[in-house]
Amino acid sequence: MTIKLENISLRRGGVEFLGEVSLDIERGGFNILLGPTLSGKTTILRTMAGLEKPDSGRILENGRDVTNVPVQKRDVAMVYQQFINYPSMTVFENIASPLRVARTSRGDIERRVRDVAELLKIEDMLDRRPVALSGGQQQRVALARALVKRAGLVLLDEPLANLDYKLREELRNELPRLFEDSGSTVVYATAEPAEALMLGGRTATLHQGRITQFGVTHEVFRDPVDLTTARIFSDPPLNVADIVKRGGEFSIADTITWPAGDAHASLPDGGYRLGFRPHHLSLGRGDRHAINLEGTVEIAEISGSETFVHLDVGSHLWVSQSHGVHRLDVGQTVSVSVDPGRFILFAPDGGRIVEERGAHG
Amino acid sequence: MAEIRLDSIRHSYEDRPSSDADYALKHVDLTWNDGGAYALLGPSGCGKSTLLNIISGLLIPTEGDVLFDGRSVFHMAPGERNIAQVFQFPVVYDTMTVYRNLAFPLRNRGMDRGEIDRRVRETARMLGLEDSLDRRAAGLTADNKQKISLARGLVRSDVNVIMFDEPLTVIDPHLKWQLRAQLKKLHQRYSFTMIYVTHDQTEALTFADRIVVMHEGEVVQIGTSEDLFERPQHTFVGHFIGSPGMNLFPCEARDDGAWIDGRRIPLDSPPPVRPKGAVELGVRPEFIRFDNDGVAVEVRNVADIGRYRIVDALLGEHPFKIYCPEDMEIPSADPRVVFDPRHASIYVDGWRAEGDL
Repeated sequence: MTIKLENISLRRGGVEFLGEVSLDIERGGFNILLGPTLSGKTTILRTMAGLEKPDSGRILENGRDVTNVPVQKRDVAMVYQQFINYPSMTVFENIASPLRVARTSRGDIERRVRDVAELLKIEDMLDRRPVALSGGQQQRVALARALVKRAGLVLLDEPLANLDYKLREELRNELPRLFEDSGSTVVYATAEPAEALMLGGRTATLHQGRITQFGVTHEVFRDPVDLTTARIFSDPPLNVADIVKRGGEFSIADTITWPAGDAHASLPDGGYRLGFRPHHLSLGRGDRHAINLEGTVEIAEISGSETFVHLDVGSHLWVSQSHGVHRLDVGQTVSVSVDPGRFILFAPDGGRIVEERGAHG
Repeated sequence: MAEIRLDSIRHSYEDRPSSDADYALKHVDLTWNDGGAYALLGPSGCGKSTLLNIISGLLIPTEGDVLFDGRSVFHMAPGERNIAQVFQFPVVYDTMTVYRNLAFPLRNRGMDRGEIDRRVRETARMLGLEDSLDRRAAGLTADNKQKISLARGLVRSDVNVIMFDEPLTVIDPHLKWQLRAQLKKLHQRYSFTMIYVTHDQTEALTFADRIVVMHEGEVVQIGTSEDLFERPQHTFVGHFIGSPGMNLFPCEARDDGAWIDGRRIPLDSPPPVRPKGAVELGVRPEFIRFDNDGVAVEVRNVADIGRYRIVDALLGEHPFKIYCPEDMEIPSADPRVVFDPRHASIYVDGWRAEGDL
């Protein structure tokens, strides 16, 4: 189905959970809500499901206003972070439960449960009880129950958060494919930027109950409309700095300068903000286009394939993410470099400053 | 703090264990040096929580002994072992101020006011909590609550070891970076003995100086993050660490390299002669690159992960993955790849083969 939120606002106990949220979701797509805790992800899912009634605004399913239609009458399935299964029922009965409620015929139930169990690789566990399964298998049962229903809308609220890292990786690969074939429209909430990138589809970034941007996941990542979105969609955290433009030059704290170039030539003088991603801050000196800086090592974290160096660069706390292993001591001075072509420029209020067309290769 | 030794530990939850399969911990011999930062890494069910509970005294092992600085603590109750523990969820009294939260464990021991005040302030300074001492804990963010949980453990001066059990589970990604960096700084400054239990490879590899990888009740490798990444001793380590994990190809080991379906892959160190058992070549996606002089492969799919791409490819009929950084090109016609010979290893029955067998 298509689902459309129109200016949804929701307050509970004097606290604003959602403010003027509008979202237009196409049929059959994989959609991600990305944001930290309390940014409104779960509230949007609950509103879409009919579990919360907004104070104002409308919800449209396939163009029909369902704002006042209760959850029982919505064509929706939901999967939560905690695996919710009926402990006294077998896996088969757990998966079959929404079909029994819908009075599906016995033969149909048998066939559909086995099909979906096979898809989720739990066909050998149908006679067991959930308690005898691992966490990953239990979540597969919950996912199977959501899939078997063939609901028009499937809502997933951080479904992998309680799973082991490796299981998460595996299910992350499978999930978009599983739902692609089902034809359901999927909305998936997560707090993790890396997860959004791996799942693909379209992403809405959320900040304090508001949607900051909605678009193709990789485009939102590469082209954030504002500083807030860039920050939400960066892990490790985005490196930021306040900068000043004077004449043809940008500068950070009057010490680091670089030419504004054609792309920003007509930008008025004054204060701006910039952001750039940790993997664009490289250890060592860069080529002739690069800005070379010196920083003091706060801490160096080595992940095996990569090194994350937390640096104090002229009192900015930045992170450099680089390939390979670099052993660095706390307090050591290191040179780092960044290509100004990697900078994302923002106005003082955080709005993105778009480069002039044709100015940049 | 203390050196912790696990001496021939075996543990079974069964009454009469008979075979190895009955043991949640099959055999663990381990020494955690005083002042070391360790991670205990493995999937759920690998035995890491069992091991943690044996150190803290919540569980008495079926066999073996636990020693702190050479002295057995086998008969000591958990409370007597002086371990500071931080769990998944913060253990904090929401209605109390941060100060009283820290003072609480000392008051319970009947310590005098002046001494309590000195310890509370010293611990708060250590963790950067000195400005929040008068605030009520209820209003604090999850990462600050975890710091209070840690401070409540550290405020006692006689702590032997700090144990963390998945401490970042409820913390948002951005704050995870900060809190983890702070824990690491704390370790570098005060040399606490720290044991950090997690299933998350990034947390383990970035936090610890040495990582203990567990699989099915056994320790499969102990090493630095580089060791685990560059020289996984077991295919499980290759798979579990790294995203995606290490590629494995069934192969034949010959004097001139590894042969996969009639294609020769050169190796730096000669493979073992006629190994017995299942022979595989293991190489991480990061150590494969496109090169016109390499073996022909078929590219099936390219997944864009933002700052790099993962290429899904076929070598003969064997699927494998290639890590492709932003600046590496994926050839459009006749793709060929080379395996870095220093980082391609032969595995026999899961274990890395070194030298002759």
